[in-house]
Amino acid sequence: MAKLKSWQELPCGAIIEDPKAVLDNKTGAWRSERPVWDREKCIQCLTCWVYCPDAAIVVQDGKMTGINYDYCKGCGICAAACPKKVQAIAMEGERK
Amino acid sequence: MILAKTGNEALAYAMKQINPDVVAAYPITPSTEIVQIFSQYVNDGLVDSEFVAVESEHSAMAACIGSAASGCRTMTATASQGLALMHEMLFIAGGLRLPIVMPIASRSISSPLNIHGDHSDSFASRDSGWLQFFCESVQEGYDTLIQAVKIAERASLPAIVAVDGFILSHCMERLEAFDDAKVRGWLGKWKPNWNLLDYRRPILVGPATMQDYYFEFKRTQIEGMNRVLPIIEEVQADFAREFGRGYGVIEEYRTEDAEAVVLLMGSACGTMREAVDALRAEGKKVGMVKLRVFRPLPHPVLKQALARFKTVAVMDRVDAVNSYGGPLFTETTSLLYDLAQRPKVLSYVYGLGGKEFTPLDAAAVLEGALAGRKDEPVTYVGVR
Repeated sequence: MAKLKSWQELPCGAIIEDPKAVLDNKTGAWRSERPVWDREKCIQCLTCWVYCPDAAIVVQDGKMTGINYDYCKGCGICAAACPKKVQAIAMEGERK
Repeated sequence: MILAKTGNEALAYAMKQINPDVVAAYPITPSTEIVQIFSQYVNDGLVDSEFVAVESEHSAMAACIGSAASGCRTMTATASQGLALMHEMLFIAGGLRLPIVMPIASRSISSPLNIHGDHSDSFASRDSGWLQFFCESVQEGYDTLIQAVKIAERASLPAIVAVDGFILSHCMERLEAFDDAKVRGWLGKWKPNWNLLDYRRPILVGPATMQDYYFEFKRTQIEGMNRVLPIIEEVQADFAREFGRGYGVIEEYRTEDAEAVVLLMGSACGTMREAVDALRAEGKKVGMVKLRVFRPLPHPVLKQALARFKTVAVMDRVDAVNSYGGPLFTETTSLLYDLAQRPKVLSYVYGLGGKEFTPLDAAAVLEGALAGRKDEPVTYVGVR
């Protein structure tokens, strides 16, 4: 872990000057349920990507390729947003 | 320009001249008129401000935080229950170091319901990281609100400017107002340290911090408050040069050879001047120390000022419910405790819920201070 800064080194107003720093905090451990994506059913509408309040829907070359469980908190919004006729994302209990 | 204005009218007029980018507010007695009059200025095109009529004071402060975080000069106004409803948001504005400026018409807090003036509302917000100015007159409220914008922006801290509810907010006084252009020129443009909407410099605002960084960030905020005093003194001097009226963080009234003085804030200072004059006419060595700035508490200035008196009677227009004296009293005793020779300090609580504080009441406090009486921890002035 990087050396912790002293208070004198911190920016005024507790802003984070490097927004990418949030990548260091893997917040997926909060999850009690996990979304499970079915590649076969997925129609690539990317609705889940639009609705995900984090950035846990992984998109490569314009296509949904999976879920980043390092940051997914299991809120289930992606599963709810997935079109009813498609249902490519299902929530399952998290197994620790 | 000489005008006749109530406290609320004068504060709204100052807001017109300040011409903030955004005002988000919700009405509450006795500060309603500040927002009401200002919204008329908006309607009449006399200001460039975006006015956001929100659904509660909590939302008002939330909108102000978003606005100030986007680099907009931001103001609101409230009182009493409204300030109480803003409570958690006040801490966020303080922690994010956003220079939101908020006049309040100080009022008691329920229950029992009471709409009149005391300092319960601002004192309940004491530890939220806001600067707090208390004003004696309508003129001082107007002048201080204009100063507060510059102070808040230089210090990166939000500021409350308090006038006593009804006693000042609804009382018409003579006001020497400045030109709009002169006020706007003096204030200039706010240059924020950061701006949430600046896409060239993306930042994250309002992060979560745990045991590793919360305390350290709080320490930076405390230091911000610790460093405000010279900024206030600088802005006050600059204001005096520009507009011809000087203020200090404290003001001493007839204290030259005084044995006993009263320390207090707000409109009651005017009453106390009368009482000091009356007792001085009888040859009694009494005086007044008026405190204008409660946050930051001007430690060195106040300590030095009070150290030389035999007795200091500290008057609070709020009670801290079973604390050993009113809140300003306990701060004062802490301030003086490590002096080798320290004054006797007495605690008086007065004027809750707008209870009248007359020149006779004021004289009785001065007499009590001269006698150095201290029968009980707190003397409740005028309570039957």
